[in-house]
Amino acid sequence: MASTETPAGGAAPVRPALDTPFRRFLSDFTDSRLAVLAAILLVTIIILAVFAPWLAPQNPYDLAVVSIFDARLPPGSQSMDGVTFWLGTDGAGRDLLSAIIYGLRISLSVGVASAIIALTVGMIVGLLAAYAGGRIEGLIMRIVDIQLSLPAVLIALILLAILGKGIDKIIIALVIAQWAYYARTVRASALVERRREYVEAAACLGLSHARIVFRHILPNCIAPLIVVGTVQTAHAIALEATLSFLGVGLPQTEPSLGLLISNGFEYMLSGKYWIAVFPGVALLITIVTINIVGDQLRDVLNPRLQK
Amino acid sequence: MTDAAPLLQVRDLKTHFTFRAPSTGVLPGPKRILKAVDGVSFDLAEGEVLGIVGESGCGKSTVGRTLTKLEPATSGEARFRGRDILALSAGAFRPLRREIQMIFQDPFASLNPRLTIEQTLAEPVRIHGLARTREEVRARIADTLVKVGLDPKVMTRYPHEFSGGQRQRIGIARVMIVEPRLVIADEAVSALDVSIQAQVLNLIKDLQRDSGISMLFISHDLGVVRHISDRVAVMYLGRIVETAPKAAIFEKPAHPYTRLLLASIPRIRPGRQPVADLGEPASAASPPSGCAFHPRCPLATDICRSTRPDPVDLGNGRSSACHHAGQLLGEAA
Repeated sequence: MASTETPAGGAAPVRPALDTPFRRFLSDFTDSRLAVLAAILLVTIIILAVFAPWLAPQNPYDLAVVSIFDARLPPGSQSMDGVTFWLGTDGAGRDLLSAIIYGLRISLSVGVASAIIALTVGMIVGLLAAYAGGRIEGLIMRIVDIQLSLPAVLIALILLAILGKGIDKIIIALVIAQWAYYARTVRASALVERRREYVEAAACLGLSHARIVFRHILPNCIAPLIVVGTVQTAHAIALEATLSFLGVGLPQTEPSLGLLISNGFEYMLSGKYWIAVFPGVALLITIVTINIVGDQLRDVLNPRLQK
Repeated sequence: MTDAAPLLQVRDLKTHFTFRAPSTGVLPGPKRILKAVDGVSFDLAEGEVLGIVGESGCGKSTVGRTLTKLEPATSGEARFRGRDILALSAGAFRPLRREIQMIFQDPFASLNPRLTIEQTLAEPVRIHGLARTREEVRARIADTLVKVGLDPKVMTRYPHEFSGGQRQRIGIARVMIVEPRLVIADEAVSALDVSIQAQVLNLIKDLQRDSGISMLFISHDLGVVRHISDRVAVMYLGRIVETAPKAAIFEKPAHPYTRLLLASIPRIRPGRQPVADLGEPASAASPPSGCAFHPRCPLATDICRSTRPDPVDLGNGRSSACHHAGQLLGEAA
């Protein structure tokens, strides 16, 4: 075996190539063990949510499977058919573990969908403000200020009172409550970028405004957008849970984590803690892991914090 | 138009900026006007290099930025091949952008860090329809890279992999690839190490000579301007105070400000008098009365304090905006 080893005192050791941006990003990101752990958990949660129909022990919406006689069983008990309910069952006799996995699916998709739409809207508005400047910028940024001065829950509550229930309605409400954060973030970094010489060089070459904005300015504003997007996704999930808990979010037929907590809440005082607590823990873990990953992304992607 | 007509004629160009003076209380401060460029006129012949020198803040960069329409002109005209480019709309000016190009100062800021060299150089080629197929575009990029002294293999790399001098070569390639007729070089070598400056300067000079480009070379560095220019214009507080062929201006300055600038060049020669102290230039926001240079001028008389001198033609392609220009020339003779 000795023959295969690098001879001592030979050429300089070959270092792994660290100079591609992605490799450097990866090595910086893995500096924090907590962040790595959170990222692994987050990926697990996402896989659970995406493949819920195959991974959940039971389809909690299938009335043929759910039996009312299994209602409010404590964690670890067995059904009449001999199936174990590891986290117990809820008031309708659904396996709580399955309900949580399906709830995650709804919570995550609402959060991610609203974050993506809000990001797109905010990004375009923010870029427009930064690039156009003058009155257009003033007008847009005042709207953003007004938007940010109102609590997001309040805006969403009012909107849902007008729009009614449903996944599409809650996504609209979340987008309206959150686009302003993205607009402000994008404008701040686009303002810096548009003054750089490469943007002036692009203008001198005769490129169109659209090309300058989307090919030159936008790619250099992506890093803060990713960070804000991650954190705002967590906010969107929390906001949706809040609204569902208050009973204005999603209908009972599509129970998200917030609705599960709300449903279980009435049994809290009778000692049946698990119906509300386990969905709550699932929500907590989801939001905390997203936030940890988001914080680490911010540290890694912010050039000013780099070593 | 005859061949003798200059490529670019700038007449009484003015670029003013409005800003608010700092507020002293609750109300916003009064609006002020900064006359960055205040009546600049010059001609630029085909294939000629005109150096524009002056201290920081004299408006020399604003002249270049106005001519490329990065800043809107307040008044005046700039005729490029007889067409006033300042009056053109952004859309009408776009086709002309290929012919009027700019080399920027900071090689670290002037390249988009997210684009490869190939992407950066392909953009102008595509926009101006200079090549159709991917192969043609790539061949043109390779040619241009060789012209600026770089290996065509570098086109797959990103700007951060290059040194300042190499980046500036890429910036020059981006300009040369569209075969412009007029290049405005705004402090094109000022950000580079002295050892690299000469190389890049020679490259610019060679490219300019080979393709007969007209050039406006803006710099605060008299040594650099002397090396590259055919004629030199000296700016002070938004105006050109002296224009002359290179040899004449360095031998016999016809304006006291030019004299002071020349005396301020540090020389490594023991036993000579210390470098002249330029003192502080007056503020462009509140220029002095009469000749703007009079507070610093050793020759200033009453007329300088009251009347602003206009440029006077002194023959042999020289002009000077000084009441005492004749005296200065006579003295030096």
